[in-house]
Amino acid sequence: MSTNRVVDPATQTVSPEKVYPGAVDPHHPAAALPKGFEAQADEIITHYPVSKRSASLPLLHLWQETFGYISPEGIEWISHKLGLQPINILELVTFYPMFRQHPAGKIQIRVCRTLSCALGGGYELCEHFREKCQVGEPDTHGLAISPDGKYSVEFVECLAACGTAPVIMINDDFYEDVTHQRANELLLKYK
Amino acid sequence: MPIAEKRLIFANIDKPGYTIDIDCYLKVGGYKDLKKALTMKGPDIVKEVKTSGLRGRGGAGFSTGMKWGFIDPTKNTKPVYLICNADESEPGTFKDKQIIYKDPHQLLEGMAIACYANNVHLAYIYIRGEFTLGAKILEKAIEEAKAKNYLGKGIAGTAYDLEIYIHRGAGAYICGEETGLIESLEGKRAYPRIKPPYFPAVLGLYMSPTIVNNVETLCNIKHIVAMGGAEYAKIGKPNNTGTRLLCVSGDVEKPGYYEFEVGALTIGELLNDVCGGIKGGRKLKALIPGGSSAKVLKAGERYKIKSKKPDGSMEEKEIGLMDIPLDFDTLAAAGSMAGSGGIIVMDETRDMVECLANIATFYAHESCGQCTPCREGSLWMKKITSRLANGKGHPDDIGLLKNVADNIAGKTICAFGEACAWPVQSFVTKFKDEFENHALATKPKSTTTNKLAPV
Repeated sequence: MSTNRVVDPATQTVSPEKVYPGAVDPHHPAAALPKGFEAQADEIITHYPVSKRSASLPLLHLWQETFGYISPEGIEWISHKLGLQPINILELVTFYPMFRQHPAGKIQIRVCRTLSCALGGGYELCEHFREKCQVGEPDTHGLAISPDGKYSVEFVECLAACGTAPVIMINDDFYEDVTHQRANELLLKYK
Repeated sequence: MPIAEKRLIFANIDKPGYTIDIDCYLKVGGYKDLKKALTMKGPDIVKEVKTSGLRGRGGAGFSTGMKWGFIDPTKNTKPVYLICNADESEPGTFKDKQIIYKDPHQLLEGMAIACYANNVHLAYIYIRGEFTLGAKILEKAIEEAKAKNYLGKGIAGTAYDLEIYIHRGAGAYICGEETGLIESLEGKRAYPRIKPPYFPAVLGLYMSPTIVNNVETLCNIKHIVAMGGAEYAKIGKPNNTGTRLLCVSGDVEKPGYYEFEVGALTIGELLNDVCGGIKGGRKLKALIPGGSSAKVLKAGERYKIKSKKPDGSMEEKEIGLMDIPLDFDTLAAAGSMAGSGGIIVMDETRDMVECLANIATFYAHESCGQCTPCREGSLWMKKITSRLANGKGHPDDIGLLKNVADNIAGKTICAFGEACAWPVQSFVTKFKDEFENHALATKPKSTTTNKLAPV
């Protein structure tokens, strides 16, 4: 392993330039870890007394909840924390659909695409959100972001609330039986 | 007269004034069954579960008692782990969510009993990543239970210790497969393991014996301890005991979740008496009885069902779709499965090619990519069904589609191969004329119903 470790033990800051020269994402907030972040990570690791590696997914969730997406620094930091190689973390980010490598909108709208919701109008609802939020064409991961970065709209697979289709999530909140009118009301709520 | 629900698991769910608070749970007799279990010997509880005839509620319908029986605590030098599979992600299924969000302590109590019975001291609840609130509810419930000494060290004054932790997934359907779930809990990609040798009961989490049970299954354990295995086995019918949580979605007047004795009602009774009939007074076209992986059943179909008579002799009866009782064995005999209890209903206006394209898109997105037949095949099935749905198919697409599906099932590490092939095989066979019409069409049919398939 390189002696150029990313985390400066004195300041608890991450220096991605040391690891990825020239590959620093300009969107990333200066990479200073918020107060209490590491303590939270340490607490999570205690849930897995047999193998620290098991904490990979929860630490990725923690990172994404804090920074909005998983940056190269995040991958470095987590792998270092758990005594793993960065590839062990990167391969999780590319496998699990919930993890992002780029920022999504400030207000993230996820519309269920699977059969029961589609029967209840999920496709039309997603189209409605795309128009209302003025997001462009979806990227290769199906994520469409508005030019001002405020909204992102994407299809996701079954959200396990099929009896009240169509179902959406806005950020972490579930909404069921979403008509177009309800969609408009929700958009006002999340202004 | 509609058949009355028998609410065992859902007894308190949606009752006015019932909250997720531990005090509320204690008021309705909560954790009484755990205390009772702690006075019993572990192997005796396992015996009761075997007597109860309980079958797993996650999808495969495997005997829970037998699953537990594979773990022999006397021969084990390694610790035994238990994982609650709360990844609920089979399309059409939303029962476990009700338990987690509305009655979390029932799950914790059932889980604690199961752990005690199998000498488990460390257990995890693997909950799907989107249930952010559900994970918080469970975490709070664990804290409450620990404060009242129903979890943690020296439970209820005994020498028994148990820690339960919540582990969130991150949006991958394959984590519902038990060995994929174990890999994911170990911090890896959820690639299912090959069996043999990696049976969870032998080489599970951290290469130790592991039990993976569904949320509903674990809740049943509490009720088996409460009433005794023999009494529980009287609910439902032989080999199909207990109650079943049914989730109905799609084109019915009253979709929702219901709880009935297994096999107490037929498909017709469920649709017409319980769910108020097909939406808008239309007619039924097709129905998927156990989550999207189950083979589709077509309106008007008749099935030859073999069953055992009380005297042990076999009889064969021919019954229509509406007369199929909702139990494990009859649905299997009709060529489909009870699966996860997710029933998706499609009315006469629906285009079956579009429905299949929707399902195929799901499986193409969710294949873990480990085995070639599934990784490649699921994508081809999505591609072919989508182009058929959009009027861009070839005349020989139907044969090609069937051929791809036939070359996935049975050729993969896990059951995902079957799960993605079965819908294709059954839709194409049962609705051949619709597929042929699409294959010959040059542009998509204009339809007045919702769009179901990607362009």
